[in-house]
Amino acid sequence: MNGLDLPLIWAGIIATAVLLYVLLDGFDLGVGILFPFARTPRDRDVMMDSIAPVWDGNETWLVLGGGGLFAAFPLAYSAILPALYLPVILMLLALILRGVAFEFRIRGRRRGKALWTAAFAGGSLTAAIAQGFILGGFIQGVTLKGSQFAGGPFDWLTPYTVLVAAGLVAGYALLGATWLVWRTETELHGDARRWAGIAAVAVAGLLAAVSFATLFVHPRIAGRWGFANGAFDLAALLPHLPIPLLGLAGLAVVAVGLRRKSHGWPHVGATLVFLSGYAGLAAGFFPHIVPYDMTFRQAANQDNALALMLGGVAILLPVIMGYTIWVYWLFRGKVTPDAGYH
Amino acid sequence: MDVDALLLSRLQFAFTIAFHIIFPSFTIGLASYLAVLEGLWLTSRNEVFKTLYLFWLKIFAISFGMGVVTGVVMSYELGANWSVFSAVAAPVIGPLLAFEVLTAFFLEASFLGIMLFGWKKVGPGLHFAATVLVAVGTLISAFWIISANSWMQHPTGFARTAEGGLIAVDWMEVIFSPSFPERLIHMTLAAYLTTALVVGAASAWRLLRRPDEPESGMALRMAIGMFAIVAPLQLVAGDLSGKDVLRLQPAKLAAIEAFWETRSEQAFHIIAWPDGRLEANRWELSIPKVGSLITAGSIDAEVKGLKAFAPEDRPPVGLVFWSFRVMVGLGLAMIGLGAWGAWLCWRGGAERSTWFLRACVAMGPAGFVAVISGWIVAEVGRQPWVIYGVLRTADAVSPVGAGQVSASLLGFLVVYAVIFSVGVLYILRMIAEGPAVGSEEALPEGLRAPGSAMAAAPLDPGQGGAP
Repeated sequence: MNGLDLPLIWAGIIATAVLLYVLLDGFDLGVGILFPFARTPRDRDVMMDSIAPVWDGNETWLVLGGGGLFAAFPLAYSAILPALYLPVILMLLALILRGVAFEFRIRGRRRGKALWTAAFAGGSLTAAIAQGFILGGFIQGVTLKGSQFAGGPFDWLTPYTVLVAAGLVAGYALLGATWLVWRTETELHGDARRWAGIAAVAVAGLLAAVSFATLFVHPRIAGRWGFANGAFDLAALLPHLPIPLLGLAGLAVVAVGLRRKSHGWPHVGATLVFLSGYAGLAAGFFPHIVPYDMTFRQAANQDNALALMLGGVAILLPVIMGYTIWVYWLFRGKVTPDAGYH
Repeated sequence: MDVDALLLSRLQFAFTIAFHIIFPSFTIGLASYLAVLEGLWLTSRNEVFKTLYLFWLKIFAISFGMGVVTGVVMSYELGANWSVFSAVAAPVIGPLLAFEVLTAFFLEASFLGIMLFGWKKVGPGLHFAATVLVAVGTLISAFWIISANSWMQHPTGFARTAEGGLIAVDWMEVIFSPSFPERLIHMTLAAYLTTALVVGAASAWRLLRRPDEPESGMALRMAIGMFAIVAPLQLVAGDLSGKDVLRLQPAKLAAIEAFWETRSEQAFHIIAWPDGRLEANRWELSIPKVGSLITAGSIDAEVKGLKAFAPEDRPPVGLVFWSFRVMVGLGLAMIGLGAWGAWLCWRGGAERSTWFLRACVAMGPAGFVAVISGWIVAEVGRQPWVIYGVLRTADAVSPVGAGQVSASLLGFLVVYAVIFSVGVLYILRMIAEGPAVGSEEALPEGLRAPGSAMAAAPLDPGQGGAP
């Protein structure tokens, strides 16, 4: 595979895996975050049934993100995870409770059912918050000595990361609400429409706040966007301008879609908002994989390992995408109350 | 490096992986069993197989869910707790773990959805294909994980780079390291035995209360078939794995057998109390000369003792010695159970023998205990190395403080205790309700569930009809 820029290709693959994770598990975590607002136990059953056949596949992208980082960029993997130790463990514990709730909630009788309803909602919310801290801690930058983490255990906990966590929770809630608008009927559909409206307002506010705060947290990112040393450079901003415009367009699609009672468009809009946020981050710290000390080239694995895996990915990823899309197609349409198998 | 963080990280990894291994060792076997049941139902149209399939599918769903969530933990714990190991080992075993996600994880996760929720969405042929794909996925997953573990036990096919890192030079040697085939066979058979023991115990428990339940009788006979064939095979596979240990990891073998001196005509210690400080066994119950015979094949063979290795290169002896004896003891009990059951079946009455049914119930958890014991033998026995002869466990740990690791260890202990007790409670409750309950719900008027995959199938056997 001479001539291929293997580290660059792998940076693209990992970035795609993480993006797919955020978009897919994002909506099913969002459904959990909205759980406490459901009117009836029956509504909660339908909400869970709408994601039960696909959540496991969605979460697999997280495993590919982690496993892929280990395999393709081991130095980044071994620097980032100790730096974000506590939020990573918190996320895992939350995902465990929430994951088993899918089966346990159906089996539980009165008290058991209440416990697993709470575990599903609490686990989803906690996982989202922990991911927000991970993301925020990552944007802030990680203290390295050589290629090993050398900071403190709570470096990831700052006002900035709290703001990012709030933004991510609102974002997931928006994805979850628009998913429910798309996939449910009757009163629940109406509730989801209302939730989506509230979440969209929260997302708009928090996204602006996070974007603004990020410019203060790291001068290097500010420089990229044209705000260097108190001066403003339009030439630096212009090539990046499509990114915030995409976010605004996404919010507009959500708003117009909700107003016109569209079922599918609000989810498309929410997805566009996430795409814009993700692209904004990538533009902020590319080519760093551990901001702001390690580039993806420095972190990359040996070429022969990357080449071997690329061979596998070239064959397998299209197959995986194919059957994933097929499964989504199979479970398309409105969720009916008898969707469970139990 | 902080010694406490090292110890706590080892405890945490041992706990989370021992807990995780419970579920794959059950679901690997159960997925294959489900594929067999659905296949038998589609070909014979015997409703007993369908009832059994629907029943064990529910138990599979719970176990698989717990296996998935505890498995996600492992892929992050490597970096969180063992970052130096990750940086050193990734050039060689990174692709193996990546291939596990790509070839197995997605396959299982996607087709599990169809298996559980696809009854009304796909025809019986496609549904059966989903079941088979999930079963194949579990086996592919075992392939890659055992491959990576075998490489860590006996690394081959790599070289050191100028900077002191590792690089793979021959991928076939990395994937198929010397002990890999034996380990994979040993683990897969262990999974099949574990499942058969659980199915046997559940069926026996039902038969003790309802001797005429046809589903439980059928499941019991199928389980007996597995014990009778697989348990003796496992003895052979285990012996082959033991030969690898003698050849490739002599210190582990010395710990397994509590040999201290290097000599021919080693005694076989049936039970012993090995003492590392004394460098001897405090007391032992032994058969002279047999130790050399069973480990190396002849009485005259010289077998290394622990004193041949520097004290800092010796694994902990007592834990390895006793775990091995628990594993082998349970394996022999499984062979006995299989022989007893086969004899009863031949006489035509395994379902009616109260004592045999009680023995089956008592042996239900034996597979899990044997798997965890075997895992301890393999993993504790290769200490103090995490990559045998290449990287010491003590040098592999992350630069994180003891406080963080204690907090996370406590979190895992609490959460795993909750999900384990609740999961076991729900599974036992389902077993108590029996296989027929679910299927009666699915068949309201003695007919096939309307709208189910099964409804699309013809009522009469032999007409075909799978799309």
